[in-house]
Amino acid sequence: MATLNVGNYETANTLETFGFLPKMSATEIQAQIAYIIANGWTPAIEHEHPNNAFDYYWTMWKLPFFGEENMGNVLAELEACHRAFPDHHVRLTGYDNYTQSQGSCFVVYEGRT
Amino acid sequence: MASSKDYQAGVKEYREMYWTPDYVPLDTDLLACFKCTGQPGVPREEVAAAVAAESSTGTWSTVWSELLTDLEYYKGRAYRIEDVPGDAESFYAFVAYPIDLFEEGSVVNVLTSLVGNVFGFKALKHLRLEDIRFPIAYIKTCGGPPAGIQVERDRLNKYGRPMLGCTIKPKLGLSARNYGRAVYECLRGGLDLTKDDENVNSQPFMRWRDRFEFVAEAIHKSEQETGERKGHYLNVTAPTPEEMYKRAEFARELNMPIIMHDFLTGGFTANTGLANWCRNNGMLLHIHRAMHAVIDRHPKHGIHFRVLAKCLRLSGGDHLHTGTVVGKLEGDRASTLGFVDQLRESFVPEDRSRGVFFDQDWGSMPGVFAVASGGIHVWHMPALVTIFGDDSVLQFGGGTQGHPWGNAAGAAANRVALEASVKARNEGREIEKETRDILTEAAKSSPELAVAMETWKEIKFEFETVDKLDV
Repeated sequence: MATLNVGNYETANTLETFGFLPKMSATEIQAQIAYIIANGWTPAIEHEHPNNAFDYYWTMWKLPFFGEENMGNVLAELEACHRAFPDHHVRLTGYDNYTQSQGSCFVVYEGRT
Repeated sequence: MASSKDYQAGVKEYREMYWTPDYVPLDTDLLACFKCTGQPGVPREEVAAAVAAESSTGTWSTVWSELLTDLEYYKGRAYRIEDVPGDAESFYAFVAYPIDLFEEGSVVNVLTSLVGNVFGFKALKHLRLEDIRFPIAYIKTCGGPPAGIQVERDRLNKYGRPMLGCTIKPKLGLSARNYGRAVYECLRGGLDLTKDDENVNSQPFMRWRDRFEFVAEAIHKSEQETGERKGHYLNVTAPTPEEMYKRAEFARELNMPIIMHDFLTGGFTANTGLANWCRNNGMLLHIHRAMHAVIDRHPKHGIHFRVLAKCLRLSGGDHLHTGTVVGKLEGDRASTLGFVDQLRESFVPEDRSRGVFFDQDWGSMPGVFAVASGGIHVWHMPALVTIFGDDSVLQFGGGTQGHPWGNAAGAAANRVALEASVKARNEGREIEKETRDILTEAAKSSPELAVAMETWKEIKFEFETVDKLDV
């Protein structure tokens, strides 16, 4: 009965880019922040309740951090946003003003429901 | 008053009128590079001039009505000849055409002139159109991609990575409901997009309307369950334009984000019309390229794919297949990168090492996603991310649905491999060299990827490329 040895993939709520990787450590998150800054993109933070996560627009946490070059500051803001909204998803975006797009965007903290 | 010219009937040598080595091309000229292989004994200048003449104003015999116009203004001019490296038999001829030879916004008209009768010309053994420089003035008359890379990313909410797709298999013979099942499984498992095979149109085993309806449920359900945006390229390629538009309209009624067309078999007129329809209806357009290898594979005859790719960007499409470099289908790496640039960049400089013969200014025309599809699997992922970068769609057909646990697990395996590759690249690692380490590490938290790596560990497609760059 070969088919009984087949594994089963359960559908998951995966929240787009990096949704299939294990939760990142602080060091791993910093590396992604460094990539955003090295590309000349502007880091920005958004958060939203999981019920509304499919919307394009999430709530902005302050303004994008224009000119920010310190990874630690961005990480601290991510943590502050997560503390203020523990039940919300928190995502980090790298705004690319040349392509008028987002060079990077991924959920750093998933809201506890 | 004396006439400015006399009419002399008869046959003149082409080079008297069409070989103009002192000519300096204008910014508004359309420039073309042909690889010419003449019949023995015919001088190069005469061959080049014949190509310029037959693709513009000339014919074999002088006619009296030529004197009613100013042919000096309208004629194409062969202005340069170059050796082909490593090939004594052939040479490159460069031809400049005045912009007024072509109807605005019509790649159909450009191709009818440049690759028309001249390709059957007896004085030539072979002829290949290698590249066209479209002047920015002409580009501004073309519609281009209905949405373009930036708008598509915003609509589909995909950032910072290539998108993942797959063509549904078996490509022929499934019922609409079973087909929709295969789509649903791929999308719930982590693919962003799935695709109708190019020869799925509306056959007796699965009529188009039934397919569209079942696929629509697959998309809506997988979006709800994963929280991600999904799409399926519904192929609207049809026997007539009327039928094509009917299918496109129904896809819109079902709130589908993207449809698909085959631009060479369907034709540029149909393609440009459909691209306009997509722009007016907020629909994305995926472009397949069936028949391209008939036209572009012979190194001395036909049209190089970089020309077909440029024409498609002008005619309109948001995705175009470009080959994979590493998979089962023909494709030299440098040459592929050369036409991938033409799809995505706003300016591409001349670079013979990539087969690019002219500077090409695309101005503000939106970019087209490069689609890599055909015989690729998880082991290729780091190489594909390196070669194609983020603005691409990587499509794993057999590499998703051939997974021992089925489509969803196959999709998840590809998604994990993709995200692990992107994450490692962002961390500054050389991912192509570190393929084994990156995938092995990622597979620790993904049994789906571990099984995929085991299944495809021995599969390679290493054959010599038939159409190599001339270097």
